[in-house]
Amino acid sequence: MADHAVSGLDARVYVEGRLDAALTAQAGQVVAVIGPNGAGKTTLLRALAGLVQMSGSVRVAGESWTEPPRLVRDRGLGYVFQDQSLFPHLTALDNVAFGPRARGVRRRDAEATARAWLDRLGVGDLSSRRPGELSGGQAQRVAIARALATRPALLLLDEPFAGLDVGVATALRLELARHLADYPGVALLVTHDAIDALTLADRVVVLDRGRVAQEGTPQDVAARPRTDHVARLVGLNVLREGEVLRSFSPRAVTVSLHRPEGSARHQWHGVVLSAAPHGDAVRLLVSGEHELLADVTPAAAGELGLAPGRQVWLSVKETAVQAYAAD
Amino acid sequence: MSSRRSPVLASVAGMALVLPLAACGGDDGEQRTITVLAAASLTETFTTLAADFEAAHEGVRVRLAFDSSATLAEQAVGGAPADVLATADTTTMDSAADALAADPRVFATNTMVLVVPADNPADIRSFDDLGPGVDYVVCVDTAPCGKVAAALLSSADPGAEPASLEVDVKAVLAKVTSGEADAGLVYASDAVAAGDAVTTVEVPGADAQVTTYPIAPLDQSQDAELARQFVDLVLDEEGQQVLRDAGFGAP
Amino acid sequence: MTTARTLGRPPLVLLVPAALAAALLVLPLVSLVLDTPWATFLDRLGSREVGEALRLTAVASGATVVACVLLGTPLAWLLARVDFRGRAVLRAAVTVPLVLPPVVAGVALVTALGRTGVLGPLLREGGVSLPYTTPAVVIAHTFVSMPFYVLSVEGAMRSAGERYDVVAATLGASRWTTFRRVTLPLAMPGVLAGAVLAWARSLGEFGATITFAGNYPGTTQTMPSLIYTTLQADPEVARTLSMILLLASVAILAALRNRWLTTP
Repeated sequence: MADHAVSGLDARVYVEGRLDAALTAQAGQVVAVIGPNGAGKTTLLRALAGLVQMSGSVRVAGESWTEPPRLVRDRGLGYVFQDQSLFPHLTALDNVAFGPRARGVRRRDAEATARAWLDRLGVGDLSSRRPGELSGGQAQRVAIARALATRPALLLLDEPFAGLDVGVATALRLELARHLADYPGVALLVTHDAIDALTLADRVVVLDRGRVAQEGTPQDVAARPRTDHVARLVGLNVLREGEVLRSFSPRAVTVSLHRPEGSARHQWHGVVLSAAPHGDAVRLLVSGEHELLADVTPAAAGELGLAPGRQVWLSVKETAVQAYAAD
Repeated sequence: MSSRRSPVLASVAGMALVLPLAACGGDDGEQRTITVLAAASLTETFTTLAADFEAAHEGVRVRLAFDSSATLAEQAVGGAPADVLATADTTTMDSAADALAADPRVFATNTMVLVVPADNPADIRSFDDLGPGVDYVVCVDTAPCGKVAAALLSSADPGAEPASLEVDVKAVLAKVTSGEADAGLVYASDAVAAGDAVTTVEVPGADAQVTTYPIAPLDQSQDAELARQFVDLVLDEEGQQVLRDAGFGAP
Repeated sequence: MTTARTLGRPPLVLLVPAALAAALLVLPLVSLVLDTPWATFLDRLGSREVGEALRLTAVASGATVVACVLLGTPLAWLLARVDFRGRAVLRAAVTVPLVLPPVVAGVALVTALGRTGVLGPLLREGGVSLPYTTPAVVIAHTFVSMPFYVLSVEGAMRSAGERYDVVAATLGASRWTTFRRVTLPLAMPGVLAGAVLAWARSLGEFGATITFAGNYPGTTQTMPSLIYTTLQADPEVARTLSMILLLASVAILAALRNRWLTTP
């Protein structure tokens, strides 16, 4: 199949009761889609792929996929599924060659393409193995090779690192970043991991209850999160006061057993819900008027007896708080 | 067709007869029951005769078991709980000689006729019209009706093989009445039973192949007196009239 | 075996029915083996009518399996993968022959394809008369065997799930390519099991055959038909013939098991 005249994605997707989102992306961009479970992330991918009923419109590389509706097989997309979904009866090579062959490439050429992609993803030596004989990380590499081997205009990746060991995920993330940089089409990456969004994406789309809650560069979204979910993902406290959002780092929070003296404007009373190691600190989740995160040193945690159930006061200096419009 | 069974051992067939009897035994002291094993071709006549017998003997029930003569004879020898055996040929009756309480007596005869469907699609007017292109059916030669048919076909060769060898004479008749066969060799009594559904054509030499029906009470009978009375009913004028009406010949 | 010991004895409430079930299955076969007049076994095996019946049984059951695979696989796919009005009704209709007494199946076939049946006159005009021919035997066998095959394959396709079909579509595969390269290979255990079931059903079939196709040596008389008609006259010979059929089926089944059924 010839190269697509790649020029990006322009979609407005409406799925009854589940999703109402507009999305644009330039060719070559990687868009991370984040949001809590049930926010509609996977539904968005499936709608773009043509796997769920939707209304609205999808244009990819200058061609409409919805007017007239295009069959899944004619859309020219690559889909990396959450569970890889490698064909269990085919070898890694045949899995990757499947797409080119299905599009009419001769067997020999399709296998050469497949071999090249397996090599690029570092699993060329596993080409004759069946999926049952591959580790999770190896299988995910084969799945990514399979999706890329058809040279899709739109690449959909659904939680590609879910279920992988931390070390494996880190290595794969670095490699995927390299491949996505070379990839000429639009890539949509569904993830629940802030690191994915920050390291792989050019843009981040935050979905919440089926709607786009925030959109921007990863740095912008991380610095000024507009939803509790993203705030938690990037490890910030976010408070909404009317049209203004205020965010501050857990490290900026002071924890004491008595009401603080002085004029600190931001202070709250609450109960410690949990205390867990976080880097070289101890991260507390404190529930009061809001649920807030606070980092303390292990020494302080011991001294103050900060175990779940402990009543505490939290305060933060005005200078440590960033305020921005909720728009 | 109604009597078609899967190929099981005769002993299993015997058990099938025993079980229902064991189940109802002794539930009523006044009730007397006899069981009559009769060849399938006697289904209509013996059903009538059993009803007559019950009407004439208060408190008596007649159970009827119809099957191929060979199967019934084997059951009789195997000790199946029954009182009377009536077969469609003397050979099978002889094979049950060990189980008989008295010498068998011939109560009816039957001859073979050719039957064709009422609309007679192959236009058969005589036995000689059988030949290539005509689908006619006969009994398989392991059945008594098949032995007679084979003898007839060898003496009056129609010049074509039968299309099918049916398991019993009822199956032959069914093929003809349903129009699936152009003609079939059946007993005269079957032709009468089929009524207007078939037309009968004489078979040359049929008189030389007369089938005789013997009847005898069985050794294992629990009620020898009733068994003897049933045999008498079949042989006396009342029984003979029923058989004549059904197309059977005199003994 | 160690788990059996630590979990305790098998309880009688399970052991007794299990023993009865095993006895019911094994006893008749053992009796058949013991009752077979082995002295005349080889003579019977070499006789012409047994040879013809064995040959016809092999031909008919082989052709039946081929017919089931060629026609039943697409039907199973249709039932498993295509959502259409009346699918539930069609699935129910496909399973009916499973519970139909074979003789009734034969009567139904006569009604449809017999000389005076619904399609009979049409066939006759085309110069085709099915009754009393070997093709009629295959049709009768296929009628009673197909449900086993279709249910087995449909079940395998359903349990494999549509997810790989979806993956194939995202990779650009047409439905035919998907069927050929994904759905069918994944359902292969069901295809093989279904083929064996259909073959076994065909091997034992005679009720529908004898009613629809007739019974004549060389053209329509299969082993079960021969056994049944022989049983009327000579049960001893029938036992020998039963043993021949039993040995043949067990031999083929054993061969199939070793070839295919043990590999996943």
